[in-house]
This record gives sequence, structure tokens and C-alpha cells, in this order.
Amino acid sequence: MALTIEQMRHVAKLARLELSDEKLAQFMGHINALMAHFERLQSLPTESVEPTSHSIPVYNAFREDVPGTPLPREEALANAPQARDGLFIVPRIVED
Amino acid sequence: MELHEYSLLELSERLRRREISAIELTEAVIQQIERLEPQIQAYITLTPDLAREMARQAQARLDAGEWNPLLGIPVAIKDNISTRGIRTTCASRILQNYIPPYDATVTARLKQAGAVILGKTNMDEFAMGSSTEYSAFHPTRNPRDLSRVPGGSSGGSAAAVAAHMAIAALGSDTGGSIRQPAAYCGVVGLKPTYGRVSRYGLIAYASSLDQIGPMTKTVADCALMMNVIAGKDPLDATSVEVPVPDYREALRADVQGLRLGVPREFFAQGVQPEVAQTVRRAIDQLADAGAIVEETSIPMVEYGLPIYYILAPAECSSNLARYDGVRYGLRVGAELGHIGMMERTRAEGFGDEVIQRIMIGTYALSAGYYDAYYLKAQKARTLLRQEFDRAMAQFDALLCPTAPTPAFKIGELISDPLAMKLMDVLTIPVNLTGLPALSVPCGSVDGLPVGLQIIGKPFDEPTVLRIGYTYEQLTRQ
Amino acid sequence: MRYIPSIGMEVHAQLLTESKMFCACPTRFGDAPNTNVCPICLGLPGTLPVPNKKAIEHVIRTALALNCRIAPVALFYRKNYFYPDLPKGYQISQYGEVHPIGTHGYLEMVVNGERKRVRIKRVHLEEDTGKLFHYLPGESEVDYNRAGVPLMEIVTDFPPDLHSPEEAKEYLLQLRAILTYLGVCDGKMEEGSLRCEPNISVAPEGAPSLGVKTELKNLNSFRSVVRGIEFEVNRQIALLERGEPVVQETRGWNEESGYSFPMRTKEYEQDYRYFPEPDIVPIQITEEWLNALRATIPELPLAKWERYQREYQLSAYDASVLTADYETAMFFEGCVAHGCEPKAACNWITVELAGRLNEDNKRISDTPLTPAHLADLLTLIKNGTISGRIAKELFDEVYQTGRMPSEIVRERGLTQISDEQVLRAVVKQVVNENHDAVQKYRSGKTGVLGFLVGQVMKATQGRANPQRVQELLREELERI
Repeated sequence: MALTIEQMRHVAKLARLELSDEKLAQFMGHINALMAHFERLQSLPTESVEPTSHSIPVYNAFREDVPGTPLPREEALANAPQARDGLFIVPRIVED
Repeated sequence: MELHEYSLLELSERLRRREISAIELTEAVIQQIERLEPQIQAYITLTPDLAREMARQAQARLDAGEWNPLLGIPVAIKDNISTRGIRTTCASRILQNYIPPYDATVTARLKQAGAVILGKTNMDEFAMGSSTEYSAFHPTRNPRDLSRVPGGSSGGSAAAVAAHMAIAALGSDTGGSIRQPAAYCGVVGLKPTYGRVSRYGLIAYASSLDQIGPMTKTVADCALMMNVIAGKDPLDATSVEVPVPDYREALRADVQGLRLGVPREFFAQGVQPEVAQTVRRAIDQLADAGAIVEETSIPMVEYGLPIYYILAPAECSSNLARYDGVRYGLRVGAELGHIGMMERTRAEGFGDEVIQRIMIGTYALSAGYYDAYYLKAQKARTLLRQEFDRAMAQFDALLCPTAPTPAFKIGELISDPLAMKLMDVLTIPVNLTGLPALSVPCGSVDGLPVGLQIIGKPFDEPTVLRIGYTYEQLTRQ
Repeated sequence: MRYIPSIGMEVHAQLLTESKMFCACPTRFGDAPNTNVCPICLGLPGTLPVPNKKAIEHVIRTALALNCRIAPVALFYRKNYFYPDLPKGYQISQYGEVHPIGTHGYLEMVVNGERKRVRIKRVHLEEDTGKLFHYLPGESEVDYNRAGVPLMEIVTDFPPDLHSPEEAKEYLLQLRAILTYLGVCDGKMEEGSLRCEPNISVAPEGAPSLGVKTELKNLNSFRSVVRGIEFEVNRQIALLERGEPVVQETRGWNEESGYSFPMRTKEYEQDYRYFPEPDIVPIQITEEWLNALRATIPELPLAKWERYQREYQLSAYDASVLTADYETAMFFEGCVAHGCEPKAACNWITVELAGRLNEDNKRISDTPLTPAHLADLLTLIKNGTISGRIAKELFDEVYQTGRMPSEIVRERGLTQISDEQVLRAVVKQVVNENHDAVQKYRSGKTGVLGFLVGQVMKATQGRANPQRVQELLREELERI
């Protein structure tokens, strides 16, 4: 199954990537070549097979409900592209 | 032999016997870096001042009578492992100026042991690649042949150890990123069992596959590093509560009676005949030493690459969503509103290879395609694991080449992304099954190093190290 | 034509934990921005989530109380979307038919005297996001203190079982009571620790399918939920009556104006690309664990409500006031255990105590008051040791200091005076000192008797037995 340029555009939107049509076309070539190579996976019978999400079968790794010390605020904000008065500043919120 | 050329084991013995000081050792390695780094470019960030300070502190501990094998040993850390106060870029423009306010668990453990941090090593951006050419900053050259790649994604760590610009290094392995560069550069690299080493602080590429491991000059050095980094970490829910053995006890030159499987699929898959021959010779030597070697088969291996290239990009598309220009890292296009800013920041901050994997992963998880791609791959992963389980029930370890060819030329595969990905075909199945695997140098083809891959049972790093150690002792000049 | 509303309820409850869902940051409300954050809840590269066991147990207990099927293996999923208040670019949540902690449950309630079952689709666990502000034009500001705070989502099944605003109200009341009984949520809607987003549709009676639904947001109090749903039901009926269509949309509620208004929302259906969270291993909920948790579930509000009526002969109203809140119910049961007459205890709790707590904006546990105090007080009244007036004054002091009423009575000699000789002396004195009043009484204005009783009470610091005082006063006045 090959991706179309419209699908590429939709995927780029979902992944929040601003890509020119030229770039999209270039990537589409690579991605479709890769997907074609992997097509054989589709013919593998997997009806009654359970999916594996975790490599090692381990269960119930929890932490106790004990509060710790937060990061000093200056350190929390130190890597921020923009910050003021203890807040992260982001560009104005626009609707989709 | 110069100081920086010794192994970790030898140096730690000499430090213990007070024949050398940590300060003089660190200085020797820094000088080696100054000599070779301009050509090899193994590092993204060097921290010589910090290294000297840490060496002084280590020496003070030695002077006070303290000792452990890593105390005063200069090491390099891959640049996707968080280091408090030291820039950690993942070889990406998007994190070019990011300074973590915390240490990865492995970093903290190295510091506690008294290792000296030399700097952060180059890699493929976000560990996606097999040549270190996908670094946003510069490629790294293979110390064995400067016209060739060191492999990847932990190419910087492999090159640094091979060129004696670090006594040992940490790498990370998602689809072969420790073992393949170790093979290309002629060093030892171990991908531990998934869950053996904490991932806390390892900047995620594919969470269910990533694992940190040592890259060293010898198998013994690898065991010493494992003694420090292995173990359950309360900060990583996927790290496992299996008791940690003393890996030094695995260092016995003895494979008598060990059952070793040789899966034939690992010698097909585009493996260069000379590489196959070299590896088979190594296996024969182990058989001569008393191991019981048998051919076996794991047919599902041929599905490893497709499974990997759906699951890893899917996880990566989610793991890399946090780079949105809001809390840290690059921000471009603030004037565009929050969506435009995020879209431009990510498009400009990520390299082409990363973007393509994000797109594949986003597509594989998207509505209408999840079952056909992601779920299918997860089920195929189960089948692959079942085959490995069956094989591992018969054998103590599996032996095969680490990579299909020796190191290729810089630029040779850059325009052929698929061919590049095929370089991981022999290492990827191991990540998908979570098993431990070691790459040990086992000779050369046309003067270029070749790696023998030893795959073990879950948490059975000792057997894997023992086989590697035996081979190393058998072939010592 | 008669219209039948159908109401689905999506409730988010902030869980009562000390630390966040996946890191150790405090969950405290109202701290300075970005002071309860760490590398994990800020989503810094390389950090990993480790789930809070208590939060998981809170959700399992709630799911049990709501008669859910408990997943033998529960999974976390990643819900992927971008927004500046979402640090990792995904929210860790639960998803699917079988992997949420609780599914296929129901809540029982009584509306208009009839028992009703409301089916619950799922009870699941997720993390909260940060908070966005819009202080200055051209930018927004983010505080991540709330990011990673554990939230439980409780969703009713479809098609909805709730068919009137009253039923929706009772559902929410009952649910809130259950949550507070379990101690998993403080139930404070005004502070946002309990949030409700109903979806509402109406259809003509007998219609084969449901009407077009709208979703209601910004309901910040119990009152808003009820008013908002009522308004929305009436608005939709009015539209249908006029032959106009109901538009499927999200609407915001404005409490001041009492209107809902359309909110701007995303035009297209979001594609969240859910997949199992690889950083968190599956949660295996064994029968052993379930049994241990089952043992911690107290008698639930509905059962208590029925028992109070049956066992203590309380009215449905009294029983509902006592059982609305776990602490109140337990206080009441404590009083009964200390030998209080149930109705008397109920009156003191629902009138005097509730009044004081309301005034001070406190919970019972914020005061030193215990059932033993109230039992002691009620015994003093019952024995005739103290008067009702003294009892009220005493209650006030006990409420504040936590001293035993009988101890105070002993210490200050507050015992009620019923002794005829003592009382008669005071009565005589009052009659002598209040000439005018006595004249008025004699001229037939017998209402002035109350004033004279008051004077006697005053002279005895309220200790006189008012019944006896009245009798003696009458005698004295007749005698003159």
C-alpha cells in the first residue's frame, strides 16, 4: 500500500511538521520504497496471536505515594525558549 | 605502550597499585583526544576541565584508600544519555542548546563509582541511523580507516574507544546501535537484556527496544562496566528486579560443554561471504575449545526488519512529540501562533531521516491503519519471540555475524536509505526479543574489523560474556 | 408532544494522593506557578513515568464500588496530540474495551422513591494537563503544576440511562457520595477536583432513535450542572417545537447569565493514535489484591441511607442528609454507638453542627468534636441536668475546645436548677423587681410571662428549669 501526497500532507499535519510539497514528494519516495519492502509482513498469518508491547514479561512496577522535592523553578525554566514571572511563554493559541 | 592504550582492567589495577594517578591517566587521554579528534570527530561536546576536576576527586578517593574498578577511569558518554549541567543534544538541532537539569541513572552510577567524564559522543540524530552520518553536526570517521564510517548510531562512542580517546564508553542500542559500530571499529559492545540497565535519562527513540550498554576494548572491561550500570532502578518501571551477578565471575576461558546454536538465516540476509567465513572460523575455534556447536534455524528472522521499521517509528513518532518548542530546545516561528511555531520548529529542528521515521510511525498508528501496520507488527513480534524462545531452550547462546559487511565508505549509502537499514538486519531481531547480545572483534576482512555476535538468554549476560572472553583469550597474540 | 431527554455523564475526579500520577511532585493546589514540577512531569527528554500505586488502588476501589468488571490485566495507553499544556505530546491514559481498570459497571440510586440502575461504561485512570493563561495579548502562559495530577474518568454507558435533569442530579450526588466514602476524591466541584461534562439530547416520546446531542462544559458547581442540563433540555425542546434542528456541538455554560453558548471546537475528528504505553509495564490485578481492596470498601451511601430509615426510623430526608457525606455518616454512627437516641443525634448533627461547620467552612475532622462529646451532651439534656439553652452554649464551647460537656458543667456548676425552694426565691425576686410587667399580666396581657421567664433565666445564668419556672411564676402571679 503506497502513500499518496494527500496522505503525506495529512500525516505531516498530524505530526506537526511544516513540509514543502517538494520535501513531501521526496520523503514519499523513500517511505513508499521502505513500505513496499515490508509488504511481506501482510501475508504473515497472525489471527490468533497476542501482540507484544513489552519485550520482557514484567508486571506491576509502581511507586509509593510519597511526595518528593520538585525542581527549583529557575531550573525548570532554564531551558525554556521564553519564560517570564515563573511561567513558560508560548505564542498565542490559535484554533486548528 | 602508552597509558591511554591500556584496557580498563589493566588501568584500574595500576591505579589500585598506585603505579599511576588518575590525574596523569586523564591527562594522557585528553592529549590523545587533542591529537586525533580533529580527524575522527568522535565527540559532540568535550569537557576537559570537568574531566580534570573529576580526576582530581577520583585521585583523592584513591589516596584515601578507596578503590573500585571504575574509580579514576576516563569514559565517554553517548550524547543521548542525560548529563546534569552538560549539554545533551542527541546530535539534533532541536536540542542543540539543551542542558539537562538531571543525570541519567547510568550517569549517576558512573559518577558514584568515580569514573571521569570526558565528554559526549557523536551519534546519528536521535539514534536513528547506522553510520553516524545522520548527526546534525558532523560525521565521525572510523579510526581503522578514516575514509569509512564508524557505524551507528553509537559511532562516536565506538570510535572514541577504538582510537583510545576514551578507556570505555556508554552507547545505546535500539536496533544494533552498540553492536554494529563496535563491530565496525573493532571494539567490544554489549546490548544487555531489555530491563537490565535503567533507561531513565536515556533520550528515547523507541522505548520498548532501547537499551544502554558498554562499549569497551575488551570483554573483561565490558563486565566491569556492567557491574556498575546494571540493576533495577525505581525510576524506570521497565527495569527488572532480577538479581545482578558479579559479571567478573563470568570471565572464565572455558566453553567446555556449552551448547551454541548457529542460526542459518543469520548467514544469508545479504551477509558478505568473507564476513560469513570469518565468523565461521571464530565459531570453529570455540568448537575446538569444547563447545557443542550446532546449526539451527529461526525463519522469522526475515521479518525482523519490517517489524522493526513499523514499531520503532511508531514509538518514535510519539516519543519525539515533546519537541514542540514550548519548554526546551529550538523554537522557530513564534510569530506564527502556537501551531505554526510547532510545525516550523519541528520541521527545521529535525533532520530528514528523523522526519521520515516520525511520518512512518504517525501513519502506522493513524486511524484506519493501526491494525494493518502497528498491531500486525506487534503480533509478528510475538511470533519472532516464540521462535527465539524455542531456539534458546535448546542452546546456551546463538552465534552469528554482527553486521553483514565491514564498515562502508562515508557517503556510500547515504543516498540509499534502504541499503543502510539492511546493515541492521542481524542485530534488530535481538532488540525485538529483548535478549542480550555481545559483539566481539573476530578478525578482519580487507583489513577491516568484523564482529562475532553472541546472543544469550534473558538476563544471561554472564554466559554471553564468558563465550566472548573465551574467544578473546583463544585469539590473544 | 412529550419529549424524553437522554443524558450521558462524563465525570473527571481528581484523586486524593500526596504525589502526582507518574512522579513524586506534590499535588498541592494553589502553589506558585511551576513550583510543583520536575523533569518527569515537565516531559524533559529521557524521563520515564512510574505509576503511583495509591492512585491505581483508588481507581480499582471505585470500579469495585461501581460494580465494574475489573481488568485482570490493565494497560496504559498513549493518547497522542499536541497542545502547549501537554508536556510530552501525549497524555498517558487508558483505552479500549478490555484494558481500562473497570468496565461494564453500574451505579444504583433512588429517584422519586424508585430504585434505578445507571450503567457505567468504564472507570479509568489518566493524568491531568498543565494550565494555560492568557494574560497578555499575542501570547499565552503555561503553568505545569497540575500536569501529571492523577485523574479518574467515569463514563456512563450508551444509550444513556438518565432521562431527566433530576436523574442526572441524583446520579452526580450519588457518585460524589461514593467517591467521598471511598476517600478517593474530595468531591469539590468549585475547586475543580470533581468535573462533570454531560452530553444531552432529547427525542419525542416513542421515537426509535436518540436526538442529536450537545456536550456541556464549564459546569463549575453542582448547581451549574443541574441548571445547565435543565437549560439545555429546554433549549433543545424549544428548537424541536419550532421545527429547527439541534446542532451537534460543544456548548459552554455561563452561570451568571444562565445560558449555554456554542464553543469553538476542532472541526475534524481528532486522530489520537492510541497505542500501549511502552514505558509502563502492564498492571496485573490479582484476585488476592482485589480481595484486599474489597475489604477496604465501606458500606456505601445507598445502603446506609436505606439502613438508617429501617434501623433508626429516620425520615428519607434525614437519612439522605446524614449519608450525603461519609464523615457525617460515621459521626452519626459514632453517636449512636455511644448510646445516643438516633433522632436526637440526627437533629444536633444536621442543625447545630452543620450550621457551625457551614459558617466556618470546616469539616468535622477540622474540629475537636467527637461522637463522645455529642453523646455526653445529649445525656445531660436527657437527664434534665442542663437546659436546652445551656446545651447550645455548651455545644459551642465543646465545638471549639474539645472539652467534655459534663466536665464543664461540673466545673462551672451549670447544672439545671429544678429545686423548688431555690427557684421560688428567684421568682419572687423577679416579680418584686418588675412591677410594670406584673401589672400588664394582671391586666390580661399574659404574653408578658415569657419576659418574666427570661428574667428568671437571666438571674440563674440560664440554669433554671424553664418548665418549672413557668409554673412557679404563674402561681406567684395568681397569688398577688
